[in-house]
Amino acid sequence: MSKKSTINAAVLAGAVAAAVSSLAIAAPLSQEQVKAAMDAGKEKCFGVALKGQNDCAAGPGTTCQATSTVDYQGNAWKFVDGGTCTTMELPGGRKGSPEPLSRDRPS
Amino acid sequence: MPKLAIHADRSASGTLRFPAHPIDGLAGTSFKHQHLPSILADGDRDDGFFEVHAENYMGAGGPPHAALARIREDYPVSLHGVCMSIGGPQPLDKAHLGRFAQLVERYEPALVSEHLAWSTHNTTYYNDLLPLPYTETTLRRVAEHINEVQVAIRRPLLLENPSTYVRFKESTMSETAFIREIVRRTGCGLLLDINNVFVSATNQDYSALEYLSDYPLEHVGEIHLAGHAEQEDDEGDRLLIDSHDGPVADDVWRLFDIVVDRCGPIPTLIEWDSAIPEWPVLKAEAKAAQAILDRYAALQRERKHANA
Amino acid sequence: MQTLRKCHPETLDGLGYPAGFVHGLLDPDCPTPALVAGPNGKAADKRFNVYRNNVTVSLIDALAAVFPATMRITGEAFFRAMARFHIRKAPPTSPLLFEYGRDFPDFIEHYEYAQSMPWLADVARIERAWLDAYHAADAAVLEAGPLALIPPERLSDLVFVAHPATRIVRSAYPAVTIFSANRASDPVGRIDATAPESALVTRPALEVEVRLLPPGVDTFLDGLIAGEPLGNAAATASTCCLEFDLSAAIRMMLEAGAVAAIQQGG
Repeated sequence: MSKKSTINAAVLAGAVAAAVSSLAIAAPLSQEQVKAAMDAGKEKCFGVALKGQNDCAAGPGTTCQATSTVDYQGNAWKFVDGGTCTTMELPGGRKGSPEPLSRDRPS
Repeated sequence: MPKLAIHADRSASGTLRFPAHPIDGLAGTSFKHQHLPSILADGDRDDGFFEVHAENYMGAGGPPHAALARIREDYPVSLHGVCMSIGGPQPLDKAHLGRFAQLVERYEPALVSEHLAWSTHNTTYYNDLLPLPYTETTLRRVAEHINEVQVAIRRPLLLENPSTYVRFKESTMSETAFIREIVRRTGCGLLLDINNVFVSATNQDYSALEYLSDYPLEHVGEIHLAGHAEQEDDEGDRLLIDSHDGPVADDVWRLFDIVVDRCGPIPTLIEWDSAIPEWPVLKAEAKAAQAILDRYAALQRERKHANA
Repeated sequence: MQTLRKCHPETLDGLGYPAGFVHGLLDPDCPTPALVAGPNGKAADKRFNVYRNNVTVSLIDALAAVFPATMRITGEAFFRAMARFHIRKAPPTSPLLFEYGRDFPDFIEHYEYAQSMPWLADVARIERAWLDAYHAADAAVLEAGPLALIPPERLSDLVFVAHPATRIVRSAYPAVTIFSANRASDPVGRIDATAPESALVTRPALEVEVRLLPPGVDTFLDGLIAGEPLGNAAATASTCCLEFDLSAAIRMMLEAGAVAAIQQGG
C-alpha cells in the first residue's frame, strides 16, 4: 500500500461510525429519490433564483436574437459606488486587505 | 423531390424513450426554465410545443437536462441550433456536430433546425448570427455543411433565414434564390422566420411580400414569430433589430396570416428571449398564433370537402 | 493604411468574408468593413454597429450571468467595463457559453482597478466552480449506509470516486463568506471574517451547494479526490491542521455528496 503515513485504524473506525450515525436521518437524496420527488410534481427550481445563494441561477444561455442595447464602445473603466464592496467593511481595510496574493489554489 | 420527413416517427423502431407527441398544426413557445413550474401547474394545459436552443443542453448533466426531459415527457420539442456556423467557410466543428447529433438522438425532437449564418471564425466564437455573401462559392460551401449535418443527425434539417443589417457588395444572388438553391441541392427543409423577413426587408429596403412570393414556401416545416426593436440607420431611416424582447408586431402577424393561408397550419413558434414575461403572457401570444393556425386548419378541411 | 489592412484583410477566393468582418466586432477602432454596405448606396456604419453590439453586449451579459456575486460586489458599471476589457482580450473559443469565463478570475486578479479587492478573483473562482458543478454529469452520491458496512480494518485503504460536480476552491482570503453574502439577495453589511477560506462546491441532487470548509477538510478532500486512500488523506489533514476533525470531515463529505462511490478497498 501507500508509503505515506496513515491514521490509526481505531481512530478512523470511530470517526466513520460517528459520521455515519449522525447522518442516519439527514442523508442526501439518491438520484432515484430525486426523480421520485420530481415525478410527484415537487419540481425543484430549474434556473429560478430562490432563497439563499441564488442556488438556481443558471448561468448564461445562448442567444439567437440581436440586442438593442448600445454598449460596444468604451475604453474607460468606471467605478460607480453601486456595489456591495463599499458596504462590506471587511476587516483590514474597507475593500479588503491590500497585501499581495499568496495562496495555493487548484488549477 | 423526396418528401421531407420533418416529423420524428420512430415508433416503429421500438427505440422510443419519449412519447411521440405530434407537432402538426401547433403553436409553441421558447422553453424558459423559470416557466417550468407554471407550465406544469397550469390547469389549462392544452396542446403546444416547446423549442430549446441545443447548445444550452450540451453540458453533461444537471438541471438543464432534468428540465428538458421533464418537458419532453408531456410535449413535442423542437431542437434549435444556434452555433453550428453553417454559413461560415471553415469546416464544421466535428465535436460540436457530434454533440448536436447526440441531442437529436437523446430527446427525439419533432423538429430540428439551424441558422443560415456563421458565428465562429478560426477558434473564436462571436455569439452572434453573422451574415454571409450570397454567391455561387458560398452556396457550394453552405450546401456541403448542410449535407454533413443531415448525415450526422440522420434526418432533414430546417434552415432558418436570417435577420440582416448589412448587405455584402460581393453578393450575386438574392437571399431567396440562395435559399431555393440550397433546398434543391440538399433536400433540407426550411424554418421561415417571418419576423426576420420583416426585419431584413425593412433594413434592406425590399418588399416582404415579394420576398415571400419568391421564397419556396412548400418546403417550410416550421415558422418563427418574434418581436423586434427599432433604431435608426446612418440616414435616419428605420433600422429594425431582431431583439425577441416583446410581443409580435402587427405587420408580422399580417404576414403570418398570408403565409398560413398559402402553406396551411405549420408548427409556429413564438420566440421571446429577452425581457422574458411571465408564463401567461407568453402563453397568450402562442394562443393568438394557435387561433390563426386553427382557423386555416378548418378552412383547409372545408376546401377538401368542397373538392371531394 | 496599416490599421485598415490589419482590420480588414483582402479576400481572394470569395470565402474570406469572416476575416474581413470580425476585427471590427471586438475592436471599436476598426472602421466598418469595406465588404459590406447598406441598400441603395446607404452607409453601413450604424448597421455594422448592430453586430458590434450583439457580440459585445451578449458576451458581457454571459459573464454577468456566470459571475453574479462578483458583479454585485463591484457594481454593474464597474463589472461591465471590466468584462468588456476581458472579452476583447479573451473572447470565447467554444460555442458553449457556459464554458466561458474560465480565465476571467485570473484576469480579475491582474485587473488594475480591482487591486483594492484582492479577494475578488477568488469569489469569481467559486462562481465559476458553481457553474461547472451545475452542468456536471449526473451521478448518485455515496450514502452513509454502504460506508457503515465496511469492516473497520479495511477503512484505511478505501479509495473513493469523486462526484463529477465536486470542486474545491482555496482562497487566501475570506472568499467563501464574501461569496455567500453576495449570492444572497439580503443587504450586505460588515463582514467579520479574516481567515483564509476554502469552498466545497457540490451538486448532490439538482441544486448546487457551496460550503465553507473547516480547517484541514480541504486538504482531506483534495487527497480523496486525487485518489488517496482514506487513511492517508486523514493522516495528511491531521498533520497539517491541528484543529482537523476527522469525523466532522467525513460527515461533511457525505452530507455534501462530494463522493459518488467507493472505488476500491470496500
